[in-house]
Amino acid sequence: MADGWAALADPTRRTIFELVAARPRAVGELAELLPVTRPAVSQHLKLLKTAALVLDRAEGTRRIYQANPDGLRELRRELDRFWNQALANFKEIVEQPEEDP
Amino acid sequence: MTTQAQDTIVRSEVVVEAPIERAFRAFTHKFDQIKPREHNLLAVEIAESVFEPRVGGRVYDRGVDGSECQWARVLAYEPPDRIVFSWDISPQWQIEADAANTSEVEVRFIAETPTRTRVELEHRHLDHHGAGWEGVREGVRGDQGWPLYLERFAGIVVEER
Repeated sequence: MADGWAALADPTRRTIFELVAARPRAVGELAELLPVTRPAVSQHLKLLKTAALVLDRAEGTRRIYQANPDGLRELRRELDRFWNQALANFKEIVEQPEEDP
Repeated sequence: MTTQAQDTIVRSEVVVEAPIERAFRAFTHKFDQIKPREHNLLAVEIAESVFEPRVGGRVYDRGVDGSECQWARVLAYEPPDRIVFSWDISPQWQIEADAANTSEVEVRFIAETPTRTRVELEHRHLDHHGAGWEGVREGVRGDQGWPLYLERFAGIVVEER
């Protein structure tokens, strides 16, 4: 699950992302706001981090999560891939000798 | 540094060895072979992707079981120069029903020589997918009005400077 589109398809992860996008928050704080356990929140955050959507930093014994401003770049990359592939397919097709009369 | 309009646009281009009319026609009439198949919003495998070549036409995928998923509307159809269509897919790859929250794709065909065509594609207004964010910012109110981290990100990047 490296891409942001897929990471945000899950409603709980999306909510977590919205919460840390509003302001940086600790895992415990997120668990209090949501109907899921703390380990579950940690698991979701781990996926969001893998997808480059959130960043984390240590603050004393706590770990604080925030939205990663570079995440948008990651999502744009997905569309880049989509259209580059589409245009590559297009080139291949249009340069084939015309088969229909 | 602030968020540039650039951040809400994705561009791609290709030069093909074909006359402009043929390039334009291939793009619209063979769209089925152009759209990457792995991007599928249907529950089943795609049998065919259809691009209806007229303003107001639909762009949709038809599954092997006959189900359909319309994911774009043709906004401009100007052979052999230009096509514009909406992108009615939300950032989480689901159909966006509200046209105000959609982005758009413009494809321009430019004849470099009588047998060579440059095709420029611009997917723009990606920030439109962010409309509706304001209403859900403060609370955890589930799925209504998703969001839009695109807009949110723009805010964050600006705030950090």
